[in-house]
Parts: sequence; C-alpha cells; structure tokens
Amino acid sequence: MKHPVSITVNGAKQVADVEPRLLLVHFLRDTLGLTGTNVGCDTSQCGACTVFIDGQAVKSCTVLAVQADGSKVTTIEGLATNGKLHVMQQAFWDKHGLQCGFCTPGMIMTACDLLQRNPDPSEEDVRHGIEGSLCRCTGYQNIVAAVREAAAQMKA
Amino acid sequence: MASRILGSGIKRREDPRLITGTAKYTDDIVLPGMVYMSVVRSPYAHAKIKRIDTKKASAMPGVLGVYTGQQLKDAGFGPIPCAWVVPGSDTKTPPYPPVAIDTVRYTGNAVAFVVAADRSQARDAADAVDVSYEPLPVVVDGFKATQPKAPQLHDGVPNNVCFHWHVTGGDVDAAFKSADVIVKDHIINQRLIPNAMEPRGAVAQYLGATGEITLWSTTQNPHIARFLISLDTGTSEQKIRVIAPEVGGGFGSKIPHYPEDSMAIFASKMLNRPVKWTESRSENYRATIHGRDHIQDVELAAMKDGTIVGLRAKVWANLGAYLSTASTGIPTILHGLMLSGVYKIPNIHEDVFGVFTNTTPVDAYRGAGRPEATFMVERMIDLLARKLKMDPVAVRRKNMIPPFTDGYQVATGVTYDTGNYEGALAKALEMAGYEKLRKRQAEMRAKGEYLGIGLCTYAEICGLGPSQVAGAVGFGGGLWESAIVRFHPSGKVNVMVGISPHGQGEETTFAQIVANELGVGVDDVEITHGDTEKTPMGWGTYGSRGTAVGSGALMGAIKKIKDKGKTLTAHLLEASVDDIEYADGKFFVKGSPGKSKSIQDIALMANVAWNMPAGLEPGLEASSFFDPPNFVYPFGAHIAVVKVDAETGEIALERYIAVDDCGKVINPMIVAGQIHGGIAQGLGQALWEGAVYDDDGQLLSGSMMDYAVPKAAFFPKFELAMTETLTKVNPLGVKGIGETGTIASTPALYNAVADALAPLGVKTINMPLTPERVWRAIREARS
Repeated sequence: MKHPVSITVNGAKQVADVEPRLLLVHFLRDTLGLTGTNVGCDTSQCGACTVFIDGQAVKSCTVLAVQADGSKVTTIEGLATNGKLHVMQQAFWDKHGLQCGFCTPGMIMTACDLLQRNPDPSEEDVRHGIEGSLCRCTGYQNIVAAVREAAAQMKA
Repeated sequence: MASRILGSGIKRREDPRLITGTAKYTDDIVLPGMVYMSVVRSPYAHAKIKRIDTKKASAMPGVLGVYTGQQLKDAGFGPIPCAWVVPGSDTKTPPYPPVAIDTVRYTGNAVAFVVAADRSQARDAADAVDVSYEPLPVVVDGFKATQPKAPQLHDGVPNNVCFHWHVTGGDVDAAFKSADVIVKDHIINQRLIPNAMEPRGAVAQYLGATGEITLWSTTQNPHIARFLISLDTGTSEQKIRVIAPEVGGGFGSKIPHYPEDSMAIFASKMLNRPVKWTESRSENYRATIHGRDHIQDVELAAMKDGTIVGLRAKVWANLGAYLSTASTGIPTILHGLMLSGVYKIPNIHEDVFGVFTNTTPVDAYRGAGRPEATFMVERMIDLLARKLKMDPVAVRRKNMIPPFTDGYQVATGVTYDTGNYEGALAKALEMAGYEKLRKRQAEMRAKGEYLGIGLCTYAEICGLGPSQVAGAVGFGGGLWESAIVRFHPSGKVNVMVGISPHGQGEETTFAQIVANELGVGVDDVEITHGDTEKTPMGWGTYGSRGTAVGSGALMGAIKKIKDKGKTLTAHLLEASVDDIEYADGKFFVKGSPGKSKSIQDIALMANVAWNMPAGLEPGLEASSFFDPPNFVYPFGAHIAVVKVDAETGEIALERYIAVDDCGKVINPMIVAGQIHGGIAQGLGQALWEGAVYDDDGQLLSGSMMDYAVPKAAFFPKFELAMTETLTKVNPLGVKGIGETGTIASTPALYNAVADALAPLGVKTINMPLTPERVWRAIREARS
C-alpha cells in the first residue's frame, strides 16, 4: 500500500506515491535521482546522508519519506545558487577539506547547520559540532579549517 | 611561470564535482532495465550447508532469480584467484568459491544471491532463502588455530598453516649469545576494519549480442580487476571493460577481486539485464577484507651502550578463512623485509606463519605489513631504552643509519634508496621542544601526573615496485605503470594514465607535472583514469605507488613529446636538431632564443602534418611505460605527547608532531592531507579501533555503532613539517606519502602512553588503549 507524499526538494515540489518503509535518503536518491546525498552506513553513525529538513540538518536515513511529507528539504545539489558555490562549498575546496568526497555532501550540510547555531565557532566547537559526520580520509584537520574559514567569510 | 606550478599547493580540480554532489559513485549509476542483487550470507562462522531452499524466495514479488554457488560453478565461474603466492613458503591455496557450495568458513560467507526488480524486494527475498546448516567447531585466533586439536578449515592444510615464511640476515643466534641485554615482548597487532566511507558496489552489464561485459566497480585497480575477472568468469579479457567511477576511499580494501563481482556478472548474463549490488555497512564489516591481525613474539639483543646486535621474531598472521587477492604478500614481503627500520641491525631472523581462521579474509589495509613491522621495531627500541635507562632518542641515534644518497642495504636484503633519518628526527625534536617536554614530564611526575612522550622514527617500503622483483617474490602481476600524453591541434592536452586514484588527487598532481614540464596552462590538461577502455594498462593505486610509479610513466611520455618537438622544430627552423633546446614551453635554437616555436605551434604543425621531416610520423602523442629500478623508501620522525589520567585510564592526546620526507613534493597541500588522514588512521589503531570476534566467530564489532571510527573531536591539530630527500628511482625524485602517517603514528602514540606509565611499572597493554584497559593495567601494576 503506497502513500502519497508531497515534499519540496531544493525549491521544487515533488509529489510521489511511496512505500511506507521508504527512507527519505532512498526517496532522494532512487526516486528523485538526487545522488549527491550518500549512504555510508546503516546505523545512522556516518552522517554521509545529512540533508536539511525545514532548515535543520537531519540524517536522511533516520527519516521515512512519509514523515517528511509537507516539509522543505535541501540537499547538496540545492546549496549553490545561480551557479555560485555556497560559502561552505567554496571553503571546503579552498582548504582541501575533502579527499575521496564521499562524506563531503553530508559534512558540508552538517557544517552549515553548525554555523547557523554558532556563527563563530572555536576549533574545539567545530570538532564537537561535526561529530555526527565521519570522514576516513582527511583526519578532519582541513575540514575544521574549512568550517572556520567559512565562518570568517560569512561574518565579513 | 610554469616552473612554479610544481611544488605549489594549487586547489584540486577533482573538488567541484564532489562538493556539489554531481560526482557519480558506483551506486549512483543507473542503467535502463537495471535490477538489484542481494547476497544471502552465513550467520555461522563454520558450518556444513545441508540444504538451500530457494522456493519461497523465488516466488516473492519482483524476484527474477535466486542463485547458488553450485549454479555459478556449473556455469564455469571458477574460484576467486589468489594473486600472490610467496615462493619458498610452501603456500597452500585452498579453493575460494565465490559462493560457498558445501561449507561456510566465516560469518558473512556468501551462500546464495537473489536478483529482483528493486533493492528492497531483493533484500526481502534474500531473507526468505532458507538455508539449513550443521555447525562445525570454530577457531578465530591466529595462534590457537595452529595448536593441536584446533578445528581444521581446509583439506590439505594441516594445523591451518597456509604458509611458513622466513627472512634471515646475518647470524641472529650468535648475536643473541654475544649480547649484554635482551628485551622481549608479546605484541598483538589487532585486527582492523578499513572503513572506506563508500561501501563496495558493482554494476554489471552483459551484452548478449556481443558477449561484452562492463563492470562499474568500487575498485582501486580496474586493470587488475579485468585481468582477474577474465580468469575466473571464463570471459576473454578483451571483452571485459572495468570502470572505476568516483571511488569513495579504499585504503587497500578495494584492491581485491571480490566474489560479488562474479555474482553480479553471472546474474547479468542469466537475465540479460544490468545488475546492481550495493553493500550495506554491516555487510561491509563482514564481507570486505580486514587488516593487520598479527600475534608477534619479538626479542631484541643489544650491548650495554645501546648498540643493537640482533632482532628475532615469530609471527602468527591471521589470514582469515580464504586467501584474498594479495593477502600472503602482506605479512611476508611487505612486513618481514622492513624489520631493520631506520637502524643498523646486522642480524635479523623472523618466522612468519600465515594461518587460516573462521574470520573475514585479511588483506592490505593502509600500510599493509609495514605498520606491523614498524610497531614491532619501534616498540623494542623503547623497551631497550628503558632497560638501559637511556633516553629513547639516544638509543635511536646510536643505531640510526647515517644519511645516504646511493642506497643502503639492510640485513633483510632490501636496499633503501635515499635517507636522512637524523635530519627528520632533529626537526621533529626541535618542533616538539623535546628537552622542555622531558623537563615538564619530570615536574609533573613529581606531582603524580603522567605525561608521556612517544617517538617513532620510520622508513617504509612503497612505490611498488620493480616488476622483476614482483615476479621474484611471487606477485601474480607486474608493477609498472603507463601513460599516454596526447596534444590536440589547438595545443590542449589529454593524458590517460593506468593508475586509478580514489581520493589521492592525482588528477591535480599529474596536471601540475604536465603543465610544469610542457609549458601549457594547468587548465589546458585533462587527466583521465579509472576505465580500462579509455586508459592504458596500469597496475592500480595502492602501496603508495600512484605518483611514485605513475609519474615515471608520465615523465617518459613527456620526454618523448619534447624529443619529437625538437626534431620538428629543427626541421621548421632549418636548424640541426642538436642545436634545439627546450624550456618553459618553447623550442629554440641554442644561443638565439628569438628563433623559436612554442609547444602550441609544434602541436598544430605536428597534427596538420603539412611539413614534416622525412621519417617523422604525424601527430604529437606519446605513450610510455615505466618500471622503476627499485622501491622507494619514504621516512620521517613522529612524536606524540599524551597525558594519562591514572585514576580513570583516560588518555588525552595533547600534541602530535609529524616530520615526513616523501622526496620531491609536487603539491604540498595534497601531501599534508595524505599525512593528516594517515595519522588519524594510525592513531585509531592505537587508541580506539579493533575488530572483535567472539569464540563462535560472531563479529561483535559488527557495525559502526560497535567499531570506533574516530571522530573529529578525538584529535588535536597535527603539527606537520617536511624534509625533502629526493630519490633516484624515478625522474622527479618523488616517494609515496599515502601510508606513512598510518605506519608511524601507531607506535608513536603507543610509546607515549608506555612512557607516561613507566613510573607505575605498567607492562604491555594490548591495543586499542581504551581507558578500561589502561586503568586495569595500572591497577594490576599497583597491586
């Protein structure tokens, strides 16, 4: 038995009939073809699937598509505006905050959420603030630098 | 100026697609008519398969096929080949069927697979496959498996010993007899789970009309994958195309050719439709290779003044249930040959037993054999220092190989290329403020506080390697690289390389090399990799060989381009070719730089070919193969500073200093990134990570909830510096940097904790050094 959902994704209203067990991350990836959001685990540890739901970072593997009915979702694909990178995307590029790139979409969304809550985080604040996202490549050092760079840019 | 591009930390060209979510990883591939595969895995670590009932699963919605190992075998799909059999070790290679037929030997061993119209239908049906097992006794420990009455895994492998390999240099027994002091330790270098953030996956597409197979795969080495797939699927190599699209990290775990490749190809052939398989994380923990897992008995013999005279070791290397692609080479060649470290150790002997157990197969994980060697050596050096009441720096300096530029042969037989170990050590000590740290340590000890300072001075073998050596040590392939440089009429350049980076940034690094050498804009160069149909043969990205070997091929092609450019310039300018010189994108007549042709002029003239000298072919394209004359041996010195809370056992990592030398640095930003990541993984082993099996062979650390992949807040900011000692092994003088951090940081951190706890009389603590283990060790020492 499928359920109708209506979810606004990156500004566009998406209407679909989905299985009740369909996770939001699979709705985004398989139903809508928005494959920028990645799946790195099955226990909500890794954070690779982090997206914004109504302005807040959420691991999209912990939400059913039916739960997201009526909400506004932003994925990594919706972060740049008019072809211009978001400050956080630019900072990750500038500071070499990624290597294989698999955790990066989720990490960037997490970092954006952190700066909404704390616009001027210390190194320590950033390290704790992104704890819900795992990266195996960078040792986090340049991710921390990128987030602080983005914070400085946003303040300027 | 072009020449400034080499050595500059320009931003990575890989990143725009990765930070915008437009990159395509294997699971992002969608093909018309594509269906999904799910694998049925054994819940038992060791059992006879009594019956596989697929009836219920076959009737479920969307199900297109349910297949067993017997069907694979009947269709001519052979066992997964082991690609590394070390000579002189009497290695037994029992068959590794891609899907178990009568016996399962580890939890996660595939027993059947299902294909259905969508992911969840495939998974539901996999759960409905009814398999009856008759459990057999289980052994998971690499030493216990060799003992009398241990459960036996394979026919023809008595006591589960797959091989016995040894390395001998000098006369170790005589050295031990002559020694003043001997220190010993029993080291458990624990099993780790690689945890590339992208789990494995495969999309197989068989085209019945042509008999061609295309496999999109999360592989570090598409050309090796194609070769091995041709061997065990009965498809001719020229009919197979392997594409490594964006690959989300590997760390060794994506080198092997895995059973799921065969299953997906088989299913695609059966159904004549593209088949996708994507691993879940908990599946990854059981079905993708693990790393390390050594039990080591080590002794070091020395004189009273600290001079080391011999090292003797016995190692039980747990290989898991089957031989994965490169597994036997890791605890032998990549481990035993590095037991001299950065020291003059005249007498070395090591026996290594490779052992089968009821666990996930073990293969290369970042460092692969070298961390297990470096930890052993660096640990013994510190134990010797303590025994002799010498500073660990003094013991290191006493035995360190002095700087050399023309090779240094150690007792294990390998010849290091170049080294300045004292230089790296001095720099690290200065950065750390070593003397001050020791003073602070003494002051804190007086107050009952435990500060620890740990060192690791290391050299490692990488840039694998000369093919002749590969053959001599039983590696089932070559270890050269190739590259094609192609100039278009407009002067823009396409470069195709055999290596297959997956996060290391060689699209950027290689573009820097081409721009620097050929005087074209860095943005005028496109680097293509990771597709057997688009790129020339290469042996893959692992063993820190991508730049160390791959750049050699690139430089060879560049030289051919320059040579051809000179010939054409001489013809066009009516000069003798001996009088033509090349610099910064210009060919010019010696002494008259005004008489010149730009490389763009030459690219156009060569491509239109209106005026070529007799005998010179049109076009400006060169292909080159590079087989290095030796491995490369990067080195460095790392220092960890920790504070241990003796009441709780908690370890606070205060500082981490790393000085590394990877020869010529092409992009310092990328090099630093490699070091950061390496350090994090090595510290992970020392402090948090460990794959744990219970006695029944169940993986207790079976998900990311149970296995501690380090988080950002676990680390301080690493303090980095580099020294630059060029190698002569390749044209640019570059050494590998992908694994050094992992190799150096585990012993540095461990030594720091041991140093902190020395006043309490704490003996060996097994890694990972969790607060509970540290607390128990302190309590035991105090009682």
